[in-house]
Amino acid sequence: MTDTATPTPTESLLRPSRLMSRRNAAERRFRLYGITAIAISLLVLAIMLFTILRDGVSAFRQTSVTFPVVLTAEALDPSGSLDAAAMAKVTTIGYGKVIDSSFLAFLQAEGLAVDGLSDKDARAILSKEAAGQLRAQVLAEPALVGQTITMTIWTNARIDGYFKGRVTMESAERDGNVSPEQLQLADLLAENGALSRPFNWQFLTGPDASDQRPEAAGLGISIIGSIFMMIIVALLCVPIGVAASIYLEEFAPKNRWTDLIEVNISNLAAVPSIVYGILGLAVFINFAGFPQSSSLVGALVLTLMTLPTIIIATRSAIRAVPPSIRDAALGIGASKMQTVFHHVLPLAMPGILTGAILGLATALGETAPLLLIGMVAFVDNYPSLSAAGALDPATALPVQVYGWAQRSDPAFIERSSGAIIVLLIFLVIMNAAAILLRRRFERRW
Amino acid sequence: MSTVLLLGVVLVLAAMAFVLCRGRALASAGGDMRRLHSLPEAYGWHGALMVALPALAVLVLWLILQPVVIARSVGAILPVTTTTQTADEAQSAQNAEELALMDVRRLAAGIDSAVSSGQMAEVAPDGAGADMAALQEALAASGVALGGAITPETLAAAQKYRSLSAIGLTARTVFTLIAALAGLAAAIMLTQKDFRARNRVEAVIKMLLIAASSVAILTTVGIIYSMLSETLNFFRLYPVSDFFFGLTWSPNFRGNSEFGLIPLVWGTLYITLISMLVAVPLGLFSAIYLAEYASPRTRNVIKPLIEVIAGIPTVVFGLFALVTVGPFLRDWVAQPLGLGDSGSSVMTAGIVIGILNIPFVSSLSDDIINAVPQSLRDGSYGLGATKSETIRQVVLPAALPGIVGAILMAGSRAIGETMIVSMGAGAAAKLDLNPFEAMTTMTVKIVGQLTGDTDFASPETLVAFALGMTLFVITLGLNVLALYVVRKYREQYE
Repeated sequence: MTDTATPTPTESLLRPSRLMSRRNAAERRFRLYGITAIAISLLVLAIMLFTILRDGVSAFRQTSVTFPVVLTAEALDPSGSLDAAAMAKVTTIGYGKVIDSSFLAFLQAEGLAVDGLSDKDARAILSKEAAGQLRAQVLAEPALVGQTITMTIWTNARIDGYFKGRVTMESAERDGNVSPEQLQLADLLAENGALSRPFNWQFLTGPDASDQRPEAAGLGISIIGSIFMMIIVALLCVPIGVAASIYLEEFAPKNRWTDLIEVNISNLAAVPSIVYGILGLAVFINFAGFPQSSSLVGALVLTLMTLPTIIIATRSAIRAVPPSIRDAALGIGASKMQTVFHHVLPLAMPGILTGAILGLATALGETAPLLLIGMVAFVDNYPSLSAAGALDPATALPVQVYGWAQRSDPAFIERSSGAIIVLLIFLVIMNAAAILLRRRFERRW
Repeated sequence: MSTVLLLGVVLVLAAMAFVLCRGRALASAGGDMRRLHSLPEAYGWHGALMVALPALAVLVLWLILQPVVIARSVGAILPVTTTTQTADEAQSAQNAEELALMDVRRLAAGIDSAVSSGQMAEVAPDGAGADMAALQEALAASGVALGGAITPETLAAAQKYRSLSAIGLTARTVFTLIAALAGLAAAIMLTQKDFRARNRVEAVIKMLLIAASSVAILTTVGIIYSMLSETLNFFRLYPVSDFFFGLTWSPNFRGNSEFGLIPLVWGTLYITLISMLVAVPLGLFSAIYLAEYASPRTRNVIKPLIEVIAGIPTVVFGLFALVTVGPFLRDWVAQPLGLGDSGSSVMTAGIVIGILNIPFVSSLSDDIINAVPQSLRDGSYGLGATKSETIRQVVLPAALPGIVGAILMAGSRAIGETMIVSMGAGAAAKLDLNPFEAMTTMTVKIVGQLTGDTDFASPETLVAFALGMTLFVITLGLNVLALYVVRKYREQYE
């Protein structure tokens, strides 16, 4: 018999004690940490995408001047024969003079003049690239000689930057490449309506250009190179990856060799990508003698790099097919091989394809190994669009981003961001395809 | 016949074999499929494999061996260098021979293209009586630029090269086709109703599957072999102890380079440390929130959004570091604090790599936290613990080994990261504590030493392989350690 003294409640149940409120505060704080961490991560992602878009979208529009160009026969076809070989003797310098005189005549006719601006500086606002383009156009169509055609010619990168907010009157004072007078002339041209900002197809199709001509730099060769590499990677990686996964999941006996392969694959997935670049340089270029900067070597390196990822994805897709399917097939007399190829593989296909597309997307964005096999070199000849083109020098989209970012002219940062937008569009398409595939064919067992 | 065309012919023959063998098998059973040992398609596949495999084997072997054989017999014509004693002389003699062979190859290609475009007449087989100056002019006219003047020996060698190549090309076609046709004949002879075609085909397919899975092993062997041999070459030219313990990194392509690894390792580890300080708290807290607090709907929206970060190419992060983060840190942190005015810095690269690693840490930790059984949480709640106390005192200790493994793997990724550091960290190798100074890493120096013209005889190029080997060993070690930690300390809850 003990006396149980009822403790007198010192605190109300309705009002939490100090300990309890401290614990609740800790709880709220902890929760807040989590929300903050997520918010910071997503905020940084948003800032990154925003800055890239802000810097890059303008690369798709190019400031241009439209004016009539008089293709004088004396300058462009001295022999008067309209013969292609004779006309080819006129260099781009000759065409540059034709453009310059036409431009100055146009300025005079429209009454556009800025005090203190020499003729030389006035015509310098046009891109130096125009002469080469006009030459190609005239040589392709000699009948144009003697006519007057209306041409839309790019302005140089500084004038372009002026209309995109990169160059101001103040910065032009300090810049050796552009003067405030030139900007005033550009303003006059804009008022006159001769200046426009059309969509810049050349940015998507043109070749790279030298350091002095950012306005002419395009992504054509790197897009071709990237597409070449993706085709070869897909052709090599998917069959080899699927075959390896089938063997490891369905046939491999549990022995040392299989263990070795398993350990190898998981380790290869964690090897830094640049090590694959070293491998490519030493084995494919130095030892096997494949041409440097070719998309074939790039594709081989990316294949080796992507293979572990694809094998891991494929194996989990194969493992997800329930054993009952295999048992049923074996039960009605199919061989092991028939079971795998007729039943397991078709059922695992959506998962395999999803993994393969995601693997290819990683390969498309990979840069470091491609730098080592020489794909960062300046290429301005298009690779041929046949199978042999895989041996021609090319660049790749992410490498072009890097290459442009390394150049000093700020106009190349715009180009670089624009290239990233193109790259991200490709990646979004590939990822969307993978998600759709998974949604459409995903099967719950 | 070009390689592609030859491949096409072999494939057509294989398709023919498929049809022929399938038909023959059916005919031998009197058109009654039930009396065949295997399905008719198995006979067809057997025929196709019998045609394609030997022919492709011959073709591949030929492609590998022909250049070697031709180089050897052409090399015999070229002026022989005197026998050499020291390793150095042997090396330079070998280089000279390679250069001469390259000249021969270029000249042969030039003559080929000039003759086929009709720019010049065919040259005499041994190159005798040819006018060297005229030849050079004709080649230049057809757009073939040669390094120096053509010597009679080079011309003779080039002509021999051309004739051997032509013979090799014909012989390759003939032998490949013979192999294909022999396979076809053998397959047709073998095909009759009792032939166990399915078993044969399946055995071959299994061999192919095994071969495919061995590619992983070959890759590892390739990586180790290529890096190890060049690393050993490097250590022959440069002392091992100076490499691993040297404090100065100053490569110089005119010689007298110093390759001290310490500054690079310091830069790498410093950047990795900062990146982990960013990635681990952010990633871990995101994972905890998503796994323990978020409603399924929130989770389904937020988780893919965070994983978007992992899908963005690293070069994009590099540009972000170069254009946005670097200048921001310089203008708002480093300059006001008087810590320097460099746009590229350890801090820039570290923070951006940290951001890149957030989804990696968070998705790995998320999986691990989800694997902790609900009963542990329920027990803790039953004792009166709040949610955060449960997480801190029950869930996280249970998940710790997995989380440590995830952190180690994230560290190994940060060490091997290349693009962000080459665009955000700078190129100056120095030992410094100030995180707003530009420093450099092993990966940046690998890119630096191997981009552009590479000469595999100079230590300036070979050092990249030693760096690569070091990097490979470090990252591999970290991953093995991570796997070990996870396996050793994994709690068994079942």
